[in-house]
Amino acid sequence: MTKTVPDDTAAGVDRRRSAFMAAAQAGDGAAYQALLRECIPVVKSVARGRGVAADRIDDVVQDVLLTIHRARHTYDPSRSFTAWLCVIADRRAIDLLRRTRRQDVREVHAPLAFESHVDQAADPALGITHVDATGTVARALASLPMRQREAVQHLVLEERSLADAAALTRRTKGSLKVNLHRALKALRGKMEPGE
Amino acid sequence: MNTSSNTDSAHERLIRDLATDLIPVRRLQRPSVRAFSWLAIVATTAVALALIADLPALEHRLTATPDMWLAVTGSTATAILAAFAAFKLSLPDARRAWAFLPLPAALLWIVASGVGCLRAWFVPGTHVADLREARDCLIFIVGLSVPLSALLIKMLRRACPLQPGLTAAIAGLAAAAAAATLLNFFHPFDAAATDLAVHAFAVALVILANRAFSGRLLVANF
Repeated sequence: MTKTVPDDTAAGVDRRRSAFMAAAQAGDGAAYQALLRECIPVVKSVARGRGVAADRIDDVVQDVLLTIHRARHTYDPSRSFTAWLCVIADRRAIDLLRRTRRQDVREVHAPLAFESHVDQAADPALGITHVDATGTVARALASLPMRQREAVQHLVLEERSLADAAALTRRTKGSLKVNLHRALKALRGKMEPGE
Repeated sequence: MNTSSNTDSAHERLIRDLATDLIPVRRLQRPSVRAFSWLAIVATTAVALALIADLPALEHRLTATPDMWLAVTGSTATAILAAFAAFKLSLPDARRAWAFLPLPAALLWIVASGVGCLRAWFVPGTHVADLREARDCLIFIVGLSVPLSALLIKMLRRACPLQPGLTAAIAGLAAAAAAATLLNFFHPFDAAATDLAVHAFAVALVILANRAFSGRLLVANF
């Protein structure tokens, strides 16, 4: 009986990842899960190397995982998977740095001014009302049909883009939009005073 | 520690979501094969236009003025190389350097057209395009670039461009260069400064329009 020794060299790891991706292209979910888990430390390392802040590295990881999913048909198994992944991770890290820079230009970090700003609409009773309203929203949300609830969950609560939500739910953008529209209409009806 | 485990579980949840009911995908053809498909459609358009063009007049112009040969060679090579570069750039792992691939051919096209302008100034009796003819050139290049760009963008959307603006701009160059090449079937005059300026304006317009509008289409796909 021969014993198979795992090939842990860089070339061996890359070959294994390429084989996983080829299997994923053929619809093998288990190989895909194993591959995506292996991608996480590689992406983190690329993002750190690009200078992404520690608290934003996980955003890059999520972006890259979604990109791999949408671009999996473009991967050619005869080429290095790790090189393919590193270029994508690098590009996604740069995109995040650009977004962050644009935000920094528009927004000013002024904690003292923020803390000392008088909120004219402040109402001590507001906290209690807010908690109550949150409970009402949660109950109204729970009463929605599954597809509508899913649309609200991904597009509103988790603030995903239509494309991301469509990829995750395997539904068309049109279907998501219609369900979100119906869900918001239903929620408005349920939240009307007197309901 | 808690934050770390939260993000780990978020990644784990996303991985599970993506891998559940994974659909098999058809692998994308090589960029050269996809570029060839688009160029084959351009070639078919060329054959259709050749059927209604005055081919003996075209042959006479090309043999009488060698710089026109060079200009046509330059615009044809620009269309081919830009199409290949656009398909390369549409891949998520493409290097930006692919955008420079059509540059030498574009330089040949510009220089040869410039030489044509000089000849028009120094050789008496040269037929120089008037304003109406120059306007027709503009309409032809822009008008033909629209369907060629639309087809190219539709094909590029199949990939996953992470540099949509650059990809769309190079696609615009491919479409405009192809349209400018096909214009030679109906271009019974020599290149003059105004004519060259109109061609340059038309090509720039197509590239910028592609970058602005088609770039968004490529982003929307993503």
